[in-house]
Amino acid sequence: MSAHSSSTASPLKGYFAVFFALLVGTGLTVYAATLDLGRFNAAVALGIATVKATLVTLFFMHVWHASEKLTKLVVIAALFFLLLLLGLTMSDYATRLWS
Amino acid sequence: MPDSTLVGLHHEEEHHPELLHHFADAQQQRDASSLGMWVFLATEIMFFGGLFCAYLVYRRWYFGDFAAASKSINMALGATNTAVLICSSLTVVLTVWAAQTARRTLLIGSLAITMLLGVTFLGIKGIEYKDKFVEHHVPGASFSFENEPIPGHPGQFANPRHAQMFFSLYFVMTGLHALHMIIGLGIFLWLFVMAWKGRFTPEWHTPVEIGGLYWHFVDIVWIYLFPLLYLIDRHP
Repeated sequence: MSAHSSSTASPLKGYFAVFFALLVGTGLTVYAATLDLGRFNAAVALGIATVKATLVTLFFMHVWHASEKLTKLVVIAALFFLLLLLGLTMSDYATRLWS
Repeated sequence: MPDSTLVGLHHEEEHHPELLHHFADAQQQRDASSLGMWVFLATEIMFFGGLFCAYLVYRRWYFGDFAAASKSINMALGATNTAVLICSSLTVVLTVWAAQTARRTLLIGSLAITMLLGVTFLGIKGIEYKDKFVEHHVPGASFSFENEPIPGHPGQFANPRHAQMFFSLYFVMTGLHALHMIIGLGIFLWLFVMAWKGRFTPEWHTPVEIGGLYWHFVDIVWIYLFPLLYLIDRHP
């Protein structure tokens, strides 16, 4: 308990900083969508979304301060299998027309 | 007899009533709870992941049609909803902090504001859905998406069947997300009642932490849904 409360003594500043970063990220992604970046529109949109999701996971969901390493392992494993699903599927569809 | 009373008192001092006996201390019990929740969230990631995968495959095949269909969705409402969810994520993190630090007013207040923001999100979503019904953009017998130009390709029009695939994914993905929001509202209503009764203490507030994890996860899903569904090829 004491370890827990001392690590989160006054986390409010951090919470509000993450909150503003998330709002700025939302504004940025809307603005970036109005620019013609060619192929990079999708990459920029997904990049900003990933930064936002990482901030929420690490600081709002307390993974950064998680005392249990197993929790971090579960998070990483889940992302690994998600990337496996998306990566292998898309590498199939992206290369089907190669002759 | 006096001895056993002493032992009993000693026992109560050492153990919070909510601490189960197979855990060494409250910290270990909390860690076990959030680990269990994260395992559940891992299954949720795969659950939504399948839909995201289907979306990516069809977006690759029908990019122009998807861009045309995406342009018909109200971006301002989607961006507003993103901001609403981010605000609710802040109030959820404040809820957890209030429970950790025994701030009753903040705990109850932030739970109430979170629910209010959740209902706001669903209301805006409802307006969006209504627009889609009026425009005949709901997949099915009355679906219509004729003569909609493909952005960046003058003179070309979207294939209605391909656009219908976009709207199918739009309704399934946002619908499943909205279902999670409704479940989240139910959880938070229960947390609100528990908090009102004063059940949560700095030593034991596991439901608040677990419920918070769920709410943040639903927020993260939306963080990806917003650019993928609303922001394809928005540039003039």
